[in-house]
Amino acid sequence: MTTTQARATPARPQARSRRSRARRAGGLPAVLVLPALAGLAFLIVPLAGLIVAAPWPTLLERLADPAVLGALRLSLVAASAATVVCLVCGVPLAWVLARSELPGMRVVRALVTVPLVLPPVVGGVALLLVLGRNGLIGQYLEAWFGFSLPFTTAGVIVAEAFVAMPFLVISVDGALRGADRRYEEAAATLGASRWLTFRRVTLPLVAPGIAAGAVLCWARALGEFGATITFAGNFPGETQTMPLAVYLALQTDPDAAIVLSLVLFAVSVMVLASLRDKWISPNAA
Amino acid sequence: MSLHAELTVDRGARFTLNLGLTAESGETIGLLGPNGAGKSTALRALAGLLALSSGRIELDGQVLDDAAADEFVPPERRPAGVVFQDYLLFPHLSALDNVAFGLRARGMDRRSARQRAQTWLRRVGIGDHARSRPRALSGGQAQRVALARALVTDPRLLLLDEPLAALDASTRIEVRSELRHHLADYPGTTVLVTHDPLDAMVLADRLLVLEGGHVVQQGTPTEVAHHPRSDYVAQLVGVNLYRGTSRGTTVDLTTGGTLTTATRSDGDVLVAFGPTAVSLHRTQPDSSARNTWPVQVHSLEGHGTITRVQLTGHPDVLADITPAAVTDLDLEPGTPLWAELKATEIRTYPA
Repeated sequence: MTTTQARATPARPQARSRRSRARRAGGLPAVLVLPALAGLAFLIVPLAGLIVAAPWPTLLERLADPAVLGALRLSLVAASAATVVCLVCGVPLAWVLARSELPGMRVVRALVTVPLVLPPVVGGVALLLVLGRNGLIGQYLEAWFGFSLPFTTAGVIVAEAFVAMPFLVISVDGALRGADRRYEEAAATLGASRWLTFRRVTLPLVAPGIAAGAVLCWARALGEFGATITFAGNFPGETQTMPLAVYLALQTDPDAAIVLSLVLFAVSVMVLASLRDKWISPNAA
Repeated sequence: MSLHAELTVDRGARFTLNLGLTAESGETIGLLGPNGAGKSTALRALAGLLALSSGRIELDGQVLDDAAADEFVPPERRPAGVVFQDYLLFPHLSALDNVAFGLRARGMDRRSARQRAQTWLRRVGIGDHARSRPRALSGGQAQRVALARALVTDPRLLLLDEPLAALDASTRIEVRSELRHHLADYPGTTVLVTHDPLDAMVLADRLLVLEGGHVVQQGTPTEVAHHPRSDYVAQLVGVNLYRGTSRGTTVDLTTGGTLTTATRSDGDVLVAFGPTAVSLHRTQPDSSARNTWPVQVHSLEGHGTITRVQLTGHPDVLADITPAAVTDLDLEPGTPLWAELKATEIRTYPA
């Protein structure tokens, strides 16, 4: 017994050093590598398929199709308008969330993020119930101003803003919390009112966060489908945005659907490229 | 023109700041103490970045904060300029626009504000860096921009929070000397927060030594250094400081006496050394030290681990010695002694 133990003991450090050498050489356990590769393929292969399947020879011709151009223009206009709406309301909202010391701000923050996890189609239904012709607010819009949101381009913008706003608010809120508030104090000692401080000090300091939030918000608005089709419908030229056009084209003209998808894909890649390095690095906020 | 302040700020159960502060215009008050003594809290209360728990602040008859009467003037409406410890220059604005910011906030048009800002940048010696962003400025340059930014609006109260702490040693000497000149020209009241006794001695007309949120001693820097009331104050404010005229390594002191320094300098200088650098002897020492002179014991103050001996002579000097040495030398007021000081212990600054 004693001799066996004595012999076994020196053998163990050797085994350990061999294993650690393997780890240093980058040897990863297969049980992790295989699912990781599967996951990677799962994310990349469909996009590659899109590129492979694209009708490249007729691509330009199809892009020039007035229906495609109309949907693209509507998408860009609506997503940009929705982003402006989100900036105008979302930046002040983020400021209140980040700076207010009132109790209940955590509840408000939770409410703001609801559209983030809510199925967009539910958002569309909720918008219809409130802003629809017979909705809680919509009936008065109709009665007093003769103005109706559903199934109009304005309705598209409302639906997109509803879904996209949390992206902006969360991004700007994070940037504001990360910003050094002592700069605001310095501005105050220099005689700046809170509004001037906000414009001339706070906004420039969190500009990268606002830009990142606006890009995310715009991308989300551009891809919006569920809330848009529920609240605004699917009228070519008026409420039919690119995602709706893709869905519709898939049933009649798959090649057109592929071309439209490629356009949206290209826009997404551009968004990612614009968000690279400083905007999405942790110290940007 | 004067500042009257009774500052009481409660920061939870553990810390309360309580200090009375009176200053005439043109005067510089030094708040000296270690980290956590409440210096910065006092400054923030004066700037209006913190409301008083009780007490009041009055500047030239105008009430800035009165806890009992529920009066509070917010920071943007106080006639105060602040230089923050790490300056807090706005990173997205040029040096010029940083300085012009306060003027613009007061409604001055862009052109006049920039002109005035440029004048101030020249006055603090960095007129050439007007277009630079703060990131491109050295520590000393940033400090000067911060000072110009605080002074450009002609505040009646200037608040300096460790204005030299972020600078390296050589820049510090230069900026300290400049700051002294600017403070001498400044007509308002200055409150300077520092943990460096030398800054306090050089820049302040009067010192308030803080410990744990309370004033433990106040007086002119000389009074405090000569008669520290506690071991704590003695160690904090232990410095011999003289003005003089230097020729090479010889400094003629304005109060009489001559010191030999290890470093060369010319013109008006400040020379400083700690009380521990001075040793005392019954007979004239025969040593390599370049400075020996006869002195007489004026007073002795024991503070536990050290005894501070105030000696008269040319020049007068403070020496810290151990209680054992007091016994060995058989010291009492009037005892004649020799003071000895190594040239290498003396620091020289341009005045």
